Amino acid sequence: MTAPTPSQTVGPFFGFALPFANDAKASAGESPDAIRVEGQVLDGTGDPVGDALIEASQGDQFARCRTDGEGAFHFTVRKPVVSNGAPYLNITVFARGLLRHLHTRMYFPDEDGANRVDRVLALVDESRRHTLIARRDGAILRFDVRLQGEGETVFFAL
Amino acid sequence: MNDVDYEPPYLHPDYRSTELRAPKHEPVRLPDEWFHDAPGPVFGRIPVRDEDADLTRQHRGEPLGERIIITGRVLDSDAQPVRKTLVEVWQANAAGRYVDSADDHAAPLDPNFTGAGRALTDQDGFYRFVTVKPGAYPWRNHLNAWRPAHVHFSLFGPSLASRLVTQMYFPGDPLIPLDPILSSIPDPRGRELLIARLDLDTTVPEWALGYRWDIVLRGSRATPTEA
Repeated sequence: MTAPTPSQTVGPFFGFALPFANDAKASAGESPDAIRVEGQVLDGTGDPVGDALIEASQGDQFARCRTDGEGAFHFTVRKPVVSNGAPYLNITVFARGLLRHLHTRMYFPDEDGANRVDRVLALVDESRRHTLIARRDGAILRFDVRLQGEGETVFFAL
Repeated sequence: MNDVDYEPPYLHPDYRSTELRAPKHEPVRLPDEWFHDAPGPVFGRIPVRDEDADLTRQHRGEPLGERIIITGRVLDSDAQPVRKTLVEVWQANAAGRYVDSADDHAAPLDPNFTGAGRALTDQDGFYRFVTVKPGAYPWRNHLNAWRPAHVHFSLFGPSLASRLVTQMYFPGDPLIPLDPILSSIPDPRGRELLIARLDLDTTVPEWALGYRWDIVLRGSRATPTEA
């Protein structure tokens, strides 16, 4: 097999290039069951990461959002329909200081039963599983990404 | 999995920004068959216009700097072409300054250069951009730190695992051995994979030097990509 081209950091200066119109909306068109997800990317000291790029995808949905000065990002998605296991979104994290991007997943808080038997969540140490499940916060879901340290988000190797 | 792997580690203290951003926990490894074949993000909402592949034609006038062509093939790890996949590029101008509002380097902006492009690979996996050669620029990683000239690349490919963000460097650049970001790749053969080669077949006489840079995405399944 041919060696894959190695990864390098997205750097701090992608904000003029990678965003696109309506990039935080995971699908074109209006959807009555769309949910807004808000979160913050935090570093090992809990400081906001203001130069990260988040991509959320699943099925026919794809959203991209650059974090702001507070490390905050948001996107709008529909809860995916899955044939087995619990519904989730693939979340990819790029940032200055990340020589390779990180893969994680966002699961839904109102899917307790399905989350309990999901085979990917089952691979994750129980004490860290909560980092993969969004929190209901009024009309929105909150999903923070902690790159390092206390409450570090679970990341996956593909 | 691949026989050879040249990926950089997350923590590379010579590149200071990794220290508070590299996860401490090992990533949870998912069985290959659960994730590897999972289709990648549908990038079809990202607009790609023909003029996006020529970074010298996005304004009223031509940008200053050395006009160049960058072309190459996007392949999977079985060396099969990855067709109709999105390639995004971004870079500093010839003076080493990004349009990005976060860049405060005291070098001039060029009103005729943004430095961002997009293209889809063709049926043989080829992409091609016309641009100007980016300048080197200082950064604050350590005293007298300068990035070698580089162009950022982002690619999707067919699966979640094939997603790649990386940087392409220019051959013979004396800053290359001094760069903590490129040097994060432990094996020098891996670093070589990020350096384009001067290519006289790509060069257009009397007009622009050509550089050839092929890209290999992770994964070997030739699943069709959504365009």
